[in-house]
Amino acid sequence: MQCCVCKEKPATVHLTQIVEDKMQKLDLCEDCAKAKGLNDPTSFAMADLMLGLGASQVLETAAAGAELKCPRCGFSQADFKKSGRLGCPECYRTFAEGLSGLLKTMHKGTRHVGKTPEALRQTRENADKLKSLQKKLAKAIESEDYEIAAALRDEIKSTTGVAAAKARCKTSIYFFAIRRNPRIGTGRMTAL
Amino acid sequence: MSSRVRLARNLRDLSFPGWAKKPERVKALEMILPAVCALPEMSDSFAEAMDNLTALDKQILVERHLISREHAAKNIGSGLVLNRTETFSVMINEEDHLRMQALRPGFQIREAWTAIDKFDSALEKKLNYAFDNELGYLTACPTNLGTGIRVSAMLHLPGLVLAEQINPIIQSVNKLGLAVRGLYGEGTEALGNVFQVSNQMTLGESETVIVERLEKVMAQIIEHEENARQTLLEKKPKVVFNHIGRAYGILANAHSISSKETMNLLSLLRLGVDMELFPGAQRSLVDELFLITQPAHLQKQVSDKLSAEERDLIRADMVRDRLKNVSRPVVKPMGNAGN
Repeated sequence: MQCCVCKEKPATVHLTQIVEDKMQKLDLCEDCAKAKGLNDPTSFAMADLMLGLGASQVLETAAAGAELKCPRCGFSQADFKKSGRLGCPECYRTFAEGLSGLLKTMHKGTRHVGKTPEALRQTRENADKLKSLQKKLAKAIESEDYEIAAALRDEIKSTTGVAAAKARCKTSIYFFAIRRNPRIGTGRMTAL
Repeated sequence: MSSRVRLARNLRDLSFPGWAKKPERVKALEMILPAVCALPEMSDSFAEAMDNLTALDKQILVERHLISREHAAKNIGSGLVLNRTETFSVMINEEDHLRMQALRPGFQIREAWTAIDKFDSALEKKLNYAFDNELGYLTACPTNLGTGIRVSAMLHLPGLVLAEQINPIIQSVNKLGLAVRGLYGEGTEALGNVFQVSNQMTLGESETVIVERLEKVMAQIIEHEENARQTLLEKKPKVVFNHIGRAYGILANAHSISSKETMNLLSLLRLGVDMELFPGAQRSLVDELFLITQPAHLQKQVSDKLSAEERDLIRADMVRDRLKNVSRPVVKPMGNAGN
């Protein structure tokens, strides 16, 4: 059996993992295994346990050169591999890509449902409402229901800061409409 | 036996304690400590920096389940706020900036959640929590992300252990995504047949859903325990009475006994009290012995410097003394009819 990474040397390290009910197999030669940090049983156990196989992609990009570091606290992917813990709240943004797969296997879902600090609750609810309104708006424009679109735009306006909404919605409706029908009449547009 | 709900919270603008340098940890402590102490729940409390506590005092707090073993190992920059009735305990700069827990006797996880929820809501007005709209409360370890909640209860399950049903129960509880651990949490053995059941997932479900599910599962485990005891009494009464009688015999007469043996025998004694084999004896007597015979508690009562052998002698004296007024187990007629 050949090593699945270098495709040259014979594979001597065989790795089987189950991620999201799917079995994944890796057959590596000794050198490639070492390069991936699998020669050290303790660090491997932690990576296996904490990171799952999805993280190996992140680790690969790390090995390829530019190692990802949190701009705020200087925490790196390697530090996470060592400790299984992150450096600061900002790290969740820095390592978002690698973490998303990990969270999927670890938790029931990947989106928080539950308590929200009072001060943020309003903005969170608004953000959710805004998202759904904008979806509806896009649909309305798609089907050329401009009256509904106009009503939705007004609702969006009242949900967010008026000025921002005005600018965002006007242009988005305008360009959606144009893309749909370039010859769209000015009379219709003023209705918006 | 007891219930707890713990919430993990962090400050938005500081690194997590495990990664932060000392000055940053001290800064977090200085921000959090006064905010926690000002809460009405903590009006009668003590607050202490971990480096001011002796190793023995920390061990006592661990034995009382008021702090974690990890927190006991912390020094400068970590702290503890504890109210006098021991219903709220806040660890500062453990794995997260804040680990607050509400503790309640018996099976009261819902009450514990209501209490800590209120506590947390008051605290969020004074501290800037690290919170993300998508991911919820941000924690040092991704396993606590989202709600940051850990709901747990200590269950005394001697019936399931004696009936050899405990392993299948643990496995099925594990399948539900819940953890079953020993007396002192992660990686500890179930001394005295005491098991700690808790949730593991914290993201993607609301606190109430988690609390309700645990409540349901735990009620089922308790029911299984009661059934197991009933079946044991019907099918193998002599086996049960033999265990309880021997436990009483050793505890009431030993002159040297280890902490581990004490706990395992006290568990059987507690079972005997529940089965009304010790008229007049109370569960609380056993529960008290559970606590005061543990190493750090024993040392605190007698002397700071005791060898393990000396502790075993004193422990046996203490147990004998407490059991002085507890008469031998009285086996009910029903038991005599069995095998």
